[in-house]
Amino acid sequence: MIVAVLSGFVLALLAPSLYRLSPRWAGCVFSLFPAALALYFLSHMEGVVAGEAVRVTYPWVPAMGLELSFNLDGLGLLFALAITVVGTLIITYAGSYLHGHPSLPRFYLFILMFMASMLGVVLSDNLIALFVFWELTSITSYFLIGFEHDKDTARAAALQALLVTGTGGLALMAGVLLMGQIGGSFEISALASDNAALHGHHLYPLVLALVFAGAFTKSAQVPFHFWLPSAMEAPTPVSAYLHSATMVKAGVYLLARFSPVLGGSDIWLYVVTGFGAATMLVSAYQALYQTDLKKILAYSTVSVLGTLTMLIGLGNKLAIQAAMVFLMAHVLYKAALFLVAGSIDHETGTRDVRQLGGLRKTMPIICAGAAIGALSMAGLPPFFGFVGKEALYEALTHDNMLVTVVGVLTSMLLFAVAWLAGIRPFSGEETHTPKHPHDPPWTMWLGPVFLGCLSVLFGLMPALPEKLLSAAAGSVLGKEVHMHLALWHGFNPLLVLSLVTFALGVLVYLNVDRLQKVTEFALPAVRRGPSHWYALWLRFLNWSAAGQTRVLQNGYLRLYLGTIMTVTAVLAWYTVLAQADVGVIEFNWGDIGIHEWVLGVVTLVASIATVRAQTFLRAVMALGVVGYSVALFFVLYGAPDLAMTQFLIETLSLILFVFVFYYMPPFKRFSTRGVILRHVAIGTAVGALFTLLVLVATSVQWHPTISTYFSQNSYLMGQGRNIVNVILVDFRGFDTLGEITVLAVAGIGVYSLIRLRLGKGGGS
Amino acid sequence: MEALLAIVIGVLYASGVYMLMRRSIVKLIIGLALLAHGASLLVFTAAGLTRAVPPVIPFGEKAITGTVADPLPQALILTAIVISFGVQAFAMVLAYRAYQTVGTDDLDDMKATDT
Repeated sequence: MIVAVLSGFVLALLAPSLYRLSPRWAGCVFSLFPAALALYFLSHMEGVVAGEAVRVTYPWVPAMGLELSFNLDGLGLLFALAITVVGTLIITYAGSYLHGHPSLPRFYLFILMFMASMLGVVLSDNLIALFVFWELTSITSYFLIGFEHDKDTARAAALQALLVTGTGGLALMAGVLLMGQIGGSFEISALASDNAALHGHHLYPLVLALVFAGAFTKSAQVPFHFWLPSAMEAPTPVSAYLHSATMVKAGVYLLARFSPVLGGSDIWLYVVTGFGAATMLVSAYQALYQTDLKKILAYSTVSVLGTLTMLIGLGNKLAIQAAMVFLMAHVLYKAALFLVAGSIDHETGTRDVRQLGGLRKTMPIICAGAAIGALSMAGLPPFFGFVGKEALYEALTHDNMLVTVVGVLTSMLLFAVAWLAGIRPFSGEETHTPKHPHDPPWTMWLGPVFLGCLSVLFGLMPALPEKLLSAAAGSVLGKEVHMHLALWHGFNPLLVLSLVTFALGVLVYLNVDRLQKVTEFALPAVRRGPSHWYALWLRFLNWSAAGQTRVLQNGYLRLYLGTIMTVTAVLAWYTVLAQADVGVIEFNWGDIGIHEWVLGVVTLVASIATVRAQTFLRAVMALGVVGYSVALFFVLYGAPDLAMTQFLIETLSLILFVFVFYYMPPFKRFSTRGVILRHVAIGTAVGALFTLLVLVATSVQWHPTISTYFSQNSYLMGQGRNIVNVILVDFRGFDTLGEITVLAVAGIGVYSLIRLRLGKGGGS
Repeated sequence: MEALLAIVIGVLYASGVYMLMRRSIVKLIIGLALLAHGASLLVFTAAGLTRAVPPVIPFGEKAITGTVADPLPQALILTAIVISFGVQAFAMVLAYRAYQTVGTDDLDDMKATDT
């Protein structure tokens, strides 16, 4: 199974090169891969519906006890099939939809990578792996939304989606880590079988909040739903695949997967149900106001995600069963409708529903696909959407009145929305569109027609998907489930409820303009609200980042140095005083000869004179005195080589100083008294620190010096009597080579700076 | 004798750090030079001072017999002196050219990248 998940990444990386071999057939060839995966998953169907989940583990980070484990149970299989089957159709479709687009290879790269990541999300049993795949879907989604990267709106939408889902992802990471810590395992199956520790822990509400933040942002629940309609900037195949059929369902999947682990509590019930109910109603209402075909579909997708969330929140057997049926129905009709919308856009050049009409004559095949999708979405028999809605109503009526009302109102609105998106562009008089429409090539109608056929087939024979859906519900509920789906339940209250919904839906559709006017007052609140907060938050982030940069990256060297020196001095002083044995320091003044005293005092005076010098020449003179005094110290303590070098270099430096700074302006007093005092304080702190360090360092000797080796072998191995020289040219010869190189580079730098002619003349 | 040198090193570091924080670019380079002297003496002193003879093997001998000054820190300092000279020379010329171009030796006026 690891091959099934990870081979997608390999193919994704190869895709751009493979594309160049045969641009014309690449789409069809790539679509064979998800098709093969779909067959692979289908081959496991029998075992999985019999209740035998396939579980494989591979060692991942054994040192940390992490395993890469995959678990194919009913829920995973349902999602994996949705991902691979829809993936096959999408990739076939995209080859024609984006035909000739210069970035098509990149599209294949990201869409295949997304598919592999999504499979990883729904099959991982390990929380960490799940999180990694989860983030990969966010990132690939970012690239796919921003596919038309030369458009401002596409880039903004991509960033918005990434920021919203990415923030949720971070919360999820914290939640997942907490779950692993508290529950004692990172395997979901292990946590599900023993969830007492999690439920009893005082951090349980926090874990829930973090997981919800991840799931709700990903599945676009109110108030985070605004990113999904914006994400319609993506090419239509992407919208159909990521933002309807698969990725946005990851949040729903997560809630379903975690409900045996975290679910069953009152918080879970009220929060998940509440968010779901609010989302389904608010976004179904917002869908009515859209004129862009894709945005209508996007808002209705959000509404369905809300429905699924609410059902998982309710968490009883009927609700979970209904969620699985509804989910499958949605995948079948919504992906089809998106592909239809893409075809319409592709063929007519517009997605504005006000400009579309009468397309049934010019695009008959697409019209058939659209009609089935729309009727299924409206919940009409004999399509699978009807079965889904019946299951939904059954679950809701068994629960309570409030959710039933919300469910009926939402279905009523979605009925009207389905008509608006799937029927109206094809009915009525033909309209004038930017392009002259006709049916697209087979690659572009295959998807809607195939999914439409499934909608009809499963609608007429609901027993076909029954076992898979039972297995999926079973893995959420943690027990065996045998559900019976039927198109015809006889005359019962549910049928009445359905009929009422249809009647109300027709009423809404016929009076959609009037309804829009009447409820217009509520629109700004729901539409502008969260996306406006997002804009404000983004402005705040930019503002605070700019502020921090102004404070920290202020461009004043003295402030940088002052900060570094102060921090170093404080930390080092603290460490020395806290750790070092200051008692070992002995001030031995007795062994200092008179000449040493004189030299010491001269150095001190000269170095202070350098600092206090009012003219440049005095400063350089004093600096020279310091340099020569250092050389004399070398003479006193047995280092004639150093002394010689120091004398030479000091002389050279002095000449250079005078030579260069002859042209510089005289010293000015820039700093105020306060600044000078502060800098004196910092300097003194650093200086005193070094005095102390020298005293500590000379009082201790931890290791035997390696100089003995050099002393013993200098003549025998290096054939030299001056040990310092032998070290430089022999024992540490490469260091000296590096040093010479540095000097040469500095020399070249000096030479080129002098020769460089800046300003008017241009280069020299 | 370590006590005396420790104080000398401390004063060199203090004045070097102080000069590094001046606004005049000339003073900054002088600070660099002071810091380099301080660092040389620091390595020299920290390794242990002796008034013994230089680390040279007398003629006729194959290895050191008596006490000599430690050769290793001397080799390190030799490198340090030369490198710091290279850095200072480059910095001086750079400051000079910057002064010619920008027309000021005040670091605060050299903040912007496009002057």
